[in-house]
Formats: sequence, structure tokens, C-alpha cells
Amino acid sequence: MSDPFVIAGRTFHSRLIVGTGKYSSNQVMRAAHEASGADMVTVAVRRVDFTRKTESLLDYIDTSKIFLLPNTAACYTADEAIRTARLGREAGMSNWVKLEVIGDEKTLFPDTAALVEATRVLVNDGFVVLPYTNDDPVVCRKLEDAGAAAVMPLGAPIGSGLGIQNANNIRIIREQSKVPVIVDAGVGTASDAAVAMELGADGVLMNTAIAGANDPVAMARAMKLAVEAGRLAYLAGRIPRKMYATASSPLEGVVGR
Amino acid sequence: MNMERFWTVLVRYESAMNVTLNGEPREVPGPLTVATLLAHLDIDSRRVAVELNETVVKRARYDDTPIRPDDVIEIVNFVGGG
Repeated sequence: MSDPFVIAGRTFHSRLIVGTGKYSSNQVMRAAHEASGADMVTVAVRRVDFTRKTESLLDYIDTSKIFLLPNTAACYTADEAIRTARLGREAGMSNWVKLEVIGDEKTLFPDTAALVEATRVLVNDGFVVLPYTNDDPVVCRKLEDAGAAAVMPLGAPIGSGLGIQNANNIRIIREQSKVPVIVDAGVGTASDAAVAMELGADGVLMNTAIAGANDPVAMARAMKLAVEAGRLAYLAGRIPRKMYATASSPLEGVVGR
Repeated sequence: MNMERFWTVLVRYESAMNVTLNGEPREVPGPLTVATLLAHLDIDSRRVAVELNETVVKRARYDDTPIRPDDVIEIVNFVGGG
């Protein structure tokens, strides 16, 4: 079955997008990336540390196979996010950005007004903008209207591992959106990723669920399988939920009756 | 000290300038371009992005973009993130 995952005209093999943060080592990260099958990974843009010579993250990412998606994590205003996106564009090899404008330190929920504004500015500046947002259909529609190439509603707070908290909103967002819907953040384990895909999400983005697992490489493979399983189940069309049993075996021909 | 070395030291001394680099005050030898600043800092220019007074400097312009006293410079790279 041909089921390409296309964002802004670019086709990806995997519907799983993974992060590069919080790994115990670059070697573990590289192995996890391989096991995940992901061909897009997120990276953060930060000041170069002059005080120590560290190996470059890019030495552990095969950019001939893996597409880099710079983020604007930890930006709290539209201006900061726009500046960071422009630096990421120059440091990287593309005009794509995972746009984050954070509105609250504790929840890391987005400042959606600033997010919509930053999306508009960056789209006008030629960026392919993938905004991380609330699981709010109204905000997702505003982001799409502002020119976002995809919308990325959270399943639960970043790094919380709580799973999809508002399944119905994800379904509504999927139904109304003409751009891909990527559930970004909140996945804790493989079933969460499968649920996101079964709800109709076009992709799932995660970092902590893999990097923070006891065995990140095994979890990466679990996530790969979960995303594939969830996608297949969504396309296959699940049975309706019913309150009572319906027998699977014939009711006739039962021995001794 | 031979004369050539003397003049080199003198010119360096006279043209040392203060800039703000990644949020910290820093004295750098002048004259400098973005390219020679990166070389001075031993940074591989292909792995970073540079912002000069809040405007990104295109990589193709590193050689002919001068650093001036009191410039505010940001040099960033990619690190792990989600």
C-alpha cells in the first residue's frame, strides 16, 4: 500500500520524527535513531560553548539520510523565536523550522497568540513552519491560515509521558486540517504513539519517551512499530465500539445441543 | 625583537577591540572579519551560524563582513533537542 508522508512537498519514509536531546551519549542517540527508522530529527540552536571543545552533534547524524529540523525551544517571545529560526536556517541546510513559542515555564504550553504571529512572519520570510501547539482546533486553524506547513498539537505536556490527553481534539484537528497533523510531545510509551496514529495523526514527534527509556534503542524500535501499527489500523478502519458481545464463532452446530 | 614582529605586536595592541560575544564582554584582536573571528576562536565555520547586531550573517559573506568595536555577536550551533 502506497502511503507517502508528505510535508510541504517533501516525502518522508517514516511517520516517526525523533529528537536529539537528553541521550546518555551521542553513540546511543545514533543507535536509537537507526532503530527508530526516522528520517527527520529535531535539533536545538544554542550558543557555541567556547570554554570547552565538545564533539559536534552533527558527527552523529547522517544528514545524507536524515533531515534536520531545527527548533526554537525555550523561546518565550515571537521575536526570540524568529531570530532563532533565522539562525537555525543559516546553521542548517534548509528553511524548515519546528516553531516553539513557550508561554509558561512549568507546563511548557505555547503562547498561541505569539505562535500565530511568529508563524506568519516566518512564512512570509520563506520558511516551512511546523508549529508546536496546544491540542486546540481553533489555534490549529489559525496556524494553518497563517501558512503553517503542518500543525503539531501536543498529546500532553512536553516530557510528561502522559499519553494523548484529549483524543477527541486530535480527531477534530485531523478532520478540519488540510495540512499534516503531527502529534508532538506527551508520548510515554509505544501504545501512546499507536493511539495518536489510530486517531488519524499523520505523524508523531517524540524525544523523551525514547531518550529517557531504560533502553532507548529498544524503545526506538517499539515506537517505529507502534507508529506503523497505528497508521495501518487507522487506514484499515476499526470496528465500532459496542456495549455487549457479538459472538465470533457460529451459534449453530454446537456439540450436544 | 625584530622590527616586523614589533610592528605586528603594536598594530595588534592598537587595534584590540571590545565586543560582546555570546553575551559576554570579550577583547579580540583587530582588524577582524567574521571569517577571521571564527578562525581566531578555532571554530569550524560550516557548523555554526553567526548573528551580528541581531542580523544573521550569510555564510558567503563571512570574509567581507568586518567586526567593529562594540559589536554584539552571537555564534550558535546545533545541540541535542526535541
